[in-house]
Amino acid sequence: MTIITASDPAHLSHRERSDRVSDPGEGSSSAALPVGNRKTTVGIARSNSRTEPGPVRFVIIVLALTFLTVFVVLPLVVVFAQAFSKGFIAYFAALAEPEAWSAIKLTLLVAAISVGLNLVFGVLAAWAIAKFDFSGKTFLITLIDLPFSVSPVIAGLVFVLLFGAQGYFGPWLQAHNINVLFAVPGIVLVTIFVTFPFVARALIPLMQEQGTQEEEAAISLGASGLQTFFRVTLPNIKWGLLYGVLLCNARAMGEFGAVSVVSGHIRGETNTMPLLVEILYNEYQFVSSFAIASLLAMLALITLVVKTVLERRLDEGQAPSDH
Amino acid sequence: MSVIAVRRSNLPGFGLTMGLTLTWLSVIILIPLAALFLKTFELSPEQFWGIVSSRRTLNALKISFGLSFAAALVNLVMGTIIVWALVRYRFPGRRLFDAIVDIPFALPTAVAGVALTQLFAPKGWLGGPLAELGIKVAFTPVGIFVAMIFIGIPFVVRTVQPVLIDLDVEIEEAAASLGANRWHTVLRVILPGLIPALLTGFALAFARAVGEYGSVIFIAGNLPNVSEIAPLLIVIRLSEFRYADATAIAVVMLVASFLIIFAVNRLQRWAQARIPTH
Repeated sequence: MTIITASDPAHLSHRERSDRVSDPGEGSSSAALPVGNRKTTVGIARSNSRTEPGPVRFVIIVLALTFLTVFVVLPLVVVFAQAFSKGFIAYFAALAEPEAWSAIKLTLLVAAISVGLNLVFGVLAAWAIAKFDFSGKTFLITLIDLPFSVSPVIAGLVFVLLFGAQGYFGPWLQAHNINVLFAVPGIVLVTIFVTFPFVARALIPLMQEQGTQEEEAAISLGASGLQTFFRVTLPNIKWGLLYGVLLCNARAMGEFGAVSVVSGHIRGETNTMPLLVEILYNEYQFVSSFAIASLLAMLALITLVVKTVLERRLDEGQAPSDH
Repeated sequence: MSVIAVRRSNLPGFGLTMGLTLTWLSVIILIPLAALFLKTFELSPEQFWGIVSSRRTLNALKISFGLSFAAALVNLVMGTIIVWALVRYRFPGRRLFDAIVDIPFALPTAVAGVALTQLFAPKGWLGGPLAELGIKVAFTPVGIFVAMIFIGIPFVVRTVQPVLIDLDVEIEEAAASLGANRWHTVLRVILPGLIPALLTGFALAFARAVGEYGSVIFIAGNLPNVSEIAPLLIVIRLSEFRYADATAIAVVMLVASFLIIFAVNRLQRWAQARIPTH
């Protein structure tokens, strides 16, 4: 989503997104014009060159809002309407089921492990890629981006081919009594796979832009590598890091296809929240299914709100270096 | 893969971080993906061809690629309209609708799947009225199409939006002052500048829809040869322990999506060469 630039939210850098916050209507676009001319130019612009006739504008806005309402807003509303369709008591009773609890706990566990590992990896990769020059850098970034372009089902499949009973490591694992597939380790592995690029992709452009001067100064003043990272680099990248972790976590908790292939759907043991949504839905337990789904939908909404806040922070942080 | 280091700075840790990065990358991504291709090479070309050209596989691939293409086309048109409204016009709720565009990115696919199904089912809020008009959406290929539109829309909007924002308005004004009417200005002056972004957004939406599983399978109906997508066929073959079949279908899909990404990269380079970046 830059080399491959946009396959997922992480592809679009906060840089590009920052512009959206500003008002592109009048000021920003004509700012390049001499101040004296501005008024007249905007005047002409308003009347014929910059905008469409009123009816056309109206139709475009109505089309856009109708489309977004039907395809995006209504599905979200349906989740909550269905979850609460039998009232609050049924909703909370559904969430209090032991099966729901075990799914929630498993989802949190899997997300904690996979986000934690990808956080460490992402920082290491970003340090190597952003702070040093070497040939093959673009290729390496492409490889890191690969999981974004692999279907979740295929991500699950490759781990079945490795660790399944007929897989390359299957017999060895069986001989040593280690369960990977249809067990928590398999779920963690595929989750790491599908969330692999998020942290690194959030950090690389940010750290490239910040350059190496501050770190070099710290080193020449006698700081160790780790001291330099924790005292100089980390404070500079903390919002970007949080941004990557946020998106990584949302995907980790919500992943369905890849986890579905390797989980084995063992009730109370290997069902994550998205898998439980599926099982309950197929059993026509709509209130229970949508109650779990509503938790995931809230996670998505919170993620979006925090993301917006972080994007503002990142833009503020970058503002001085822009000029 | 040879990565030759040319150290630019006197910062420490290149060897360590690069070594760990390559190790982790290999363990999690490269070796597993290599296993897929290794498994494919265990098949003879005849076996591979037999699987891929079987009626059910061909139909699943046709459904996945055909409907993804159609959905990406809808996203291309509607995405452009949405970007235009969000960037060029002021109306109440604009910021909110701008934020809403990201929901298909953030909402877990299984949640989107059950929600869309419920919405478009014969008794659903939209499915009901549509059924009265004789249009069945859920549990038909139309349902797949709807889910793919849902999942793809942010790709077009978020790719095109920054480009339209950055587009130089002075050129439009120049065109207008030289006597071009608005329609000509949009078609001849604005659209050419957006084309690389439009194509990129289209390709990304297309690639995502082809591989999509969670949001599609609930609403699809999953009837073999009619409404069965390729990722679902992979899952079915796996559950039947027909690993060779699953692998062959996966390789076809993977190669196709790599080709799409390759095209996207070329597009972006072409775009960067055409439009000097600041």
